[in-house]
Parts: sequence; structure tokens; C-alpha cells
Amino acid sequence: MVEDKTIGGRIFSAINFTLLAIIALVTVLPFVHVVAGSFTTSAEIAANKFVLIPKVWSLDAYKFIFSTNTLFKAMGVSIGVTVIGTAFSMLITSLMAYALARRDLDGRKVVNFLVVFTMLFHGGMIPTFLVVKELGLIDSYAALILPSAISAFNMIILKNFFQNIPEGLEESAKIDGCNDFGILFRIVLPLSLPALATIGLFYSVTYWNTYMSAILYLDDSSKWPIQVLLRQIVVLASGMDHSATLDATVPPPDQTIKMAVIVVATLPILMVYPFLQKHFAKGAMLGSMKG
Amino acid sequence: MQELTAQPAPQPKRIYKSNSELKKRLWRNKWLYVMLTPGVLYFVIFKYFPMYGLIIAFQDYKPYQGITGSDWVGMKHFSRLFTEPDFLNILVNTLILFGMNILIYFPIPIILALMLNELRGTFFKRTFQTLFYLPHFMSWVIVVSISFVMVTMDGGIINELLAYFGFEKINFLLNPSWFRPMYIIQVIWREAGWGTIIYLAAIAAIDPGLYEAARMDGAGRLRQVWHITLPAIRGVIITLFILKIGSVLDLGFEHVYLLLNSMNREVAEIIDTYVYTAGLRQGQFSYSTAIGFFKSIVGLIMVMTVNKISKKMGEEGVY
Repeated sequence: MVEDKTIGGRIFSAINFTLLAIIALVTVLPFVHVVAGSFTTSAEIAANKFVLIPKVWSLDAYKFIFSTNTLFKAMGVSIGVTVIGTAFSMLITSLMAYALARRDLDGRKVVNFLVVFTMLFHGGMIPTFLVVKELGLIDSYAALILPSAISAFNMIILKNFFQNIPEGLEESAKIDGCNDFGILFRIVLPLSLPALATIGLFYSVTYWNTYMSAILYLDDSSKWPIQVLLRQIVVLASGMDHSATLDATVPPPDQTIKMAVIVVATLPILMVYPFLQKHFAKGAMLGSMKG
Repeated sequence: MQELTAQPAPQPKRIYKSNSELKKRLWRNKWLYVMLTPGVLYFVIFKYFPMYGLIIAFQDYKPYQGITGSDWVGMKHFSRLFTEPDFLNILVNTLILFGMNILIYFPIPIILALMLNELRGTFFKRTFQTLFYLPHFMSWVIVVSISFVMVTMDGGIINELLAYFGFEKINFLLNPSWFRPMYIIQVIWREAGWGTIIYLAAIAAIDPGLYEAARMDGAGRLRQVWHITLPAIRGVIITLFILKIGSVLDLGFEHVYLLLNSMNREVAEIIDTYVYTAGLRQGQFSYSTAIGFFKSIVGLIMVMTVNKISKKMGEEGVY
């Protein structure tokens, strides 16, 4: 847009910028506070109330939380579920999206409708729980993956993307003797990297953030992913339901320790975020296209 | 060899000359059906079986008897639902949170998108967007944990600040009147930035000539926003509004469950958390399924109604 050089326009821009900067600060400061707090001592937090940059640096909180196996175990579960779950979801989502993107497929309209309908109406928590239970998935890691293996939204994003790939490319591959699997894996998927990056990010974040499935389907606390452990350490211990904490005689954990666990649970997302960030805005827009 | 002629002939209507033609095409696409199978299985098992499972809302479901063996009780659980004083309270709680979502949260991404659009210079625009989108990728556990660490009575920064400025400390976590403000602040913090994406996409499609013309006519920046940008994204706003209305009783279990405790249960218990407590904690499978059923039906009816109304008013619906 053309620069607006009137005085009114400049005042408008200045106010607008200031407000946005304040909003950005409000968005980021809680993170900064938690990260800073996790790298200091509890004495420092107590003395120097509002820490943004601590005067005393310390790794005590991290040493403490990694002193037992619990956190390592939970991290392991979350990493495993995220890696395997994302790979599995991407695979079956791509397969389904590609088949549905092909206009010559008989029955695609019916399947399409069945998928979209699940976005408007669903059986709900208890019937889904009973299905998972009937399948014998209670207390298995598969319960964290299978019940949410395909997101209808992601599938539709990908299907729309595939539909925009020129059909001529597929035709020529067919002439060269490729079957549909060959076309998908050699032609279509390599051309769809932005879309794949987007839904890959969505899936991996969802799996990393898995919490509800773990609460519903895992009774065995040794199998808990990091999010459930985080809830146990921070939420339940923050002077709330003391009955729910494992041992009422243990004092609630220190602020620095809670902050360190939050950082550990957030870190993987912060690490992939800048890497994939350029793709997802585009991907979210793909989803809004009619297809 | 017909496929070789790349002439995009007008698609023939699907009237099959014979069964064999259809069979031939099914066979030619056999690999596509193989690809479709895992996905279809997923939707059938984890989406449509549970829909079938909704019939236990009309039974006294006993796990050891199964769906086929349990007794049919008709509308018993539904009539219990509407006579239970507890349920009315929960419904009201749910509707209040929903109302806050509509009245307080919903306009914020629109305003934020308009503000971002008025920003000159891509560097700042990008930077702000990057920061605003970030919280969306945090789980509710992380969001709630961060706020708990900040507001707790034992050393949380908010309470320390209150004390520093001579106010009394507030027990935000246990005080029922702080539940709703905390809830909506967390929703805004996590979702408002991400919510701008779709509006920004719609704004990007506006013809710059319109602004040019408006400037010629002497319209200031605010007037341009009001007369050009806002009308241009009206369709998107309405679509998102319809979808939001559809989620009227479907606030999501995770967020509220994390905030729920024995002290604020009176205001914090919503349908989703109640279904969990009644169903999985107390084993009232049929009753809690009836509640979930009620919730899903209301959502479906709401989407269809609002969609119809918006079409009547000459807007595009979601379907």
C-alpha cells in the first residue's frame, strides 16, 4: 500500500504500532518469565520478586527434575508417540487424501460426506471410550495414537492441495508405467512439500500435546506422557486439590521446579516452530479453500 | 488409450452403459481403493462406531452385558437430564462460557487482523505474526501451567505484584469468581493471534484499487477500514461465526478440566467435564452418553439453523 503521509495517518500508524507492540509483549512475557525463573534459584525468586532476567543463574531446578527417571520416562513416551504417531498419521492421511482427490474414483462423494459429517457430529467421549476399550487399547500407547490418527481437517487441507496439482503430470507418469502408489510417492508427494510440512507440524504438535487421550485411556501412571506429568506437578500442586496429589505430606514443588518442567514440555515446540513457521500460515489458508 | 488424448472433453455424465464398464473402472482404480481403506477403517471404527454406540443412551448399559445385552429404557436418561437440578446449573455454566467466547473472544482476532493489516513494513508485520501465532501451539496444560505459576499464592508473580503495590493477595485458583475471567484470558492468550490467519488471508485478497479510490475521495485510514476492509471480510466473519455457534455446548474438555477444582466446581463444571465425571469416574455410562448426545444434537441443530438464517439474509453459508 502507498505510504500515508498525512498527520492523521502518522498518528494512526504510531498508535497502531504501539498497541501491537504491547500485545506482543503480553504474549511473550509469560514465556520469558517462566524460562528465566527456571534458570534461577528459589531464593532468588523469593527475594527478587518479579524475575525477567535473573541475577543469579542456576541449574538446580533442572538437576532436580532430571534426578529421577520419571521425567525421562515421560519425555520418552511423548517423543515416541509424536514420532510414530506423526509418521503413521501422515501416511494414512496422504493415502486417503490422494484417493479422494482423484475425480475418477467412484464413491468419493460418499466418503467425502462421511468425513465432513464427523466434523459436525460425533459420538462423544463415552461411546468413543467404549470402542477403545472393546479394542483392548486401554493402557496401551496405541490408545494415544489410533483414536485420533486422522484429523478430518488435515485430510481436507491435503486433498485440496492434491487437487490443485495439474493432472497432466499424473497422466504422464501413468504412461510411463507407474501405478497409483508410484504416482503418489514419486510425483504427488514431492510436489506437496509445503502442504505436508503444514499438516506434519499440526500432527506432531497435536501428538506432543496429547493429554486428554492419556487421561481417558491410560490408568497406568508409568505410561504417562509429559503433558499429564506436567499437570500433575504444576496444576494439581498449585494449592488446588491436594487430595489429588500423590502424597499430601510432600510440600508443593518449588516455583523454579514447576517452571523447569514447563520449559521442558514446551521446548520441542519452540524448537520446531521457527523451522516450520513459514509453511503453516499458507497451509491454514489452504484449508479455507472450497474443494 | 483414450486417456492419452489430453483434450478436456466435457465430462460425460455418469450413466453407465453396462455393469462391465463400472467394473472395469473399479478394477482400474483398485490401488486407489487400497489407499482409501486405512482411512475409511479409521473413520468407521473411531467415528462411526461411537455414533452407533450412542444408542446406549437409551439403555441401562452394563459393561459386562454389552450393547446387545443391556436393557432398553427409552428416554429415561434424557428425562433425568432435564429434571436434575445439577444439570441446569451445568448447562448455565456452559452457556455463560460460550457467551463469553462469542462476546469477548470472537471480535478480538478480527480487530487484531485489522490492526496487523494497517501496519506498514513487512518486517514488523512478520515479527508480530510470528509472536502472536506461537501460543496456539502450546497445549492447554502448558497454558494453564504458565498461568498457575504466575498467579499462585506461594510466590506467583501476579500476587507478588499485588502485594508490592499494597493490595491484598488474591487466591485466583480457588476463588470461584476468578474462574471465568481466567478462562477467557487464557482462551484469548492462546487463540486470538492464530485466529487472525483466516482474516488476514481474506484481507490479502482485497483489490488495492479500492483503497486508492477511497483515498481520492478523502477517506482517512479508519474510514477505509470501516468501509472497505470490514465489508470485504464480512463473508469470512459470518462463516466463522456459524462454526462458532455450532460449538455452543462443545467447549472442549481439556481446558476447563484443568481449571476445575473442588472449590470452583459450582461455576466451572461444564457439560464436557460432567460427562467425564459422571461417565468414567462414576460409571454412569448411559446417563453421561445421553448428555453427550444432547450436546452433539444441539450443536448440529445450531449449525444448520444459523446456516439457514445466514443464507436467507443473502450471505454464503458454510455448506
